[in-house]
Amino acid sequence: MPEKILEMKNLVKTYRMGDEEQVVLKGIDLEINRGDFLSVLGPSGSGKSTLMNIIGCLDVPTSGSYYLSGERIEDLPETVLSHIRNREIGFIFQQFQLLPRLSAQKNVELPLIYAGVPEKERQLRSADILKRVGLAEKMKNRPNQLSGGQQQRVAIARALVTEPTILLADEPTGALDQQTGHQIMELFKELYQEGKTIVMITHDADVAKNGSRIVRIVDGNLSEGVYNA
Amino acid sequence: MLKESIKMALENIISNKMRSFLTMLGIIIGVGSVIALITIVSGATSTVTDQVASMGANTVTIQVQGTPLKHGLTQGDVNKIAELSNIEGIAPTISGQTTVAFDGNSMDEISLQGKNDVYFENTEDVISAGRIINPIDTENKSRVALIGNDIANELYVGENPIGQEIKIGGITYQVIGILQESDSFAQANTNKAVMIPYTTAMGVVGAKYINSLTVYVADEAQADTTTRQIEGVLTKAFNGDDDGYSIVNMQSILETIEEMTSILSMMLGGIASISLVVGGIGIMNMMLVSVTERTSEIGLRKALGAEPKQIQLQFLIESVVLCLIGGIIGFGLGVILAWVVANLIGTSFALTASTVLLAIGFSAVIGVVFGFMPARKASRLNPIDALRSI
Repeated sequence: MPEKILEMKNLVKTYRMGDEEQVVLKGIDLEINRGDFLSVLGPSGSGKSTLMNIIGCLDVPTSGSYYLSGERIEDLPETVLSHIRNREIGFIFQQFQLLPRLSAQKNVELPLIYAGVPEKERQLRSADILKRVGLAEKMKNRPNQLSGGQQQRVAIARALVTEPTILLADEPTGALDQQTGHQIMELFKELYQEGKTIVMITHDADVAKNGSRIVRIVDGNLSEGVYNA
Repeated sequence: MLKESIKMALENIISNKMRSFLTMLGIIIGVGSVIALITIVSGATSTVTDQVASMGANTVTIQVQGTPLKHGLTQGDVNKIAELSNIEGIAPTISGQTTVAFDGNSMDEISLQGKNDVYFENTEDVISAGRIINPIDTENKSRVALIGNDIANELYVGENPIGQEIKIGGITYQVIGILQESDSFAQANTNKAVMIPYTTAMGVVGAKYINSLTVYVADEAQADTTTRQIEGVLTKAFNGDDDGYSIVNMQSILETIEEMTSILSMMLGGIASISLVVGGIGIMNMMLVSVTERTSEIGLRKALGAEPKQIQLQFLIESVVLCLIGGIIGFGLGVILAWVVANLIGTSFALTASTVLLAIGFSAVIGVVFGFMPARKASRLNPIDALRSI
């Protein structure tokens, strides 16, 4: 019996634009089990960014329900949401979002600081995880001394270091050339083989094919199992 | 977390060297001028009060002008003052003009001063050679005299005047000592003066009245009360007329000087702290720019699990660190400036622990006050908007 770690039921998100109410997500039903590699495929303006923000607990649904690790995510205080993000989610962004002043290792240590991990342990854990993504030699380098692919590996290491429930990637290959993008996808597949749960948001059907499951989001509606975008 | 925040703050300040320095300049000037002014004024104050205190902080001086009916104080009036409580000693002065002569040579327009032992006990460096007038001289109305430096040089050429005779106003005295040479421009020039026991002046020379009195009080804190009691005795002595004398309480002069300089110091410090406020506004401006520039960093930190209050603390620490660095530099410059000025105008230079604490405390408070708004703005950024602003 697969372990259900994420469940959305009839999830609706609306935004108020002046007088007009815009419905971005129109009743999403989604379940994710531990060990899934889910690709969310959709064109821009489809609501996939909003879905990502809600999965990542950066935003909360207007109606419907969202359970993450058995906990209902709703309009909770910002402090509580930040703890949930720190514990449950490992973000990977299109533009890597590394802090330019910090070394690769220090960047990876950031979420551990907010988790209250002591310095010694932070160093050990960040070094271990950077070795895992193949950057043992580059730990002391700053982001501008690294290639795009290497920077995204640092970002992946940063997402992995807290051992979150879900790795949440937003167009992880969007800023990379095809070959480097391919290498990053190979790393994602390896992580999937190791049993990590991955949710990847993309507009690129070829990239989406790397997932074990694909859902398609169009105009705020989600449909499962459509492979030909 | 705190250590990390301080580290990050320093890194950010160093990575924007020029901007950080220009921002700090306001704090540097502000703290520097406050510290310099306070130190200079307090140095000048202590110099002035030391000078006043060296004249005797425990003294009450009485100048007697007299009334048409009574031209001065009598020994009886002095004895009444001596009976008051809190009196340590009374030094009366009788002053007049006389001539001196020795061995056929004479000098005119010599100031004659009748004094007692109390005066000499409470005044430093009166004589340069010989001995002072002692209680026995006063008691016995002895014919002994201390002579001024000019008299010693002119009348006793090549001789030691001590032990020799001198004629003062035609009466023969024995010279027991020579007065300290005084600066020729000094107000109380005693180069052409002779001092004899005041009892001798009254009994032998025939002076009727005492012209001035210095009263030494035992407890300075009670000086005001004692002064009022003395005034009572004096007013009675002149039959209720209080125009016959003037009385000055040194302790109250000291207090007045201290009060005035502390008001001056506060006023100058207050004016200088306006520049601190301007500096603080500069800090706030830079912090606001910094928050805007680092919007995506703030968004990222929030996505990674930073609580709003952790973001707020980070920016607040950055502003406090910036102000503290500025405060320390400003403190150093202020102290140097105060030292230079103190040396130029010749006042004392003293750095108190409270000045150091004031400088550091002030800059930290400015950091908190003017960093609060930008830090709160940072902590309230919506992470989604913040992440989008790449």
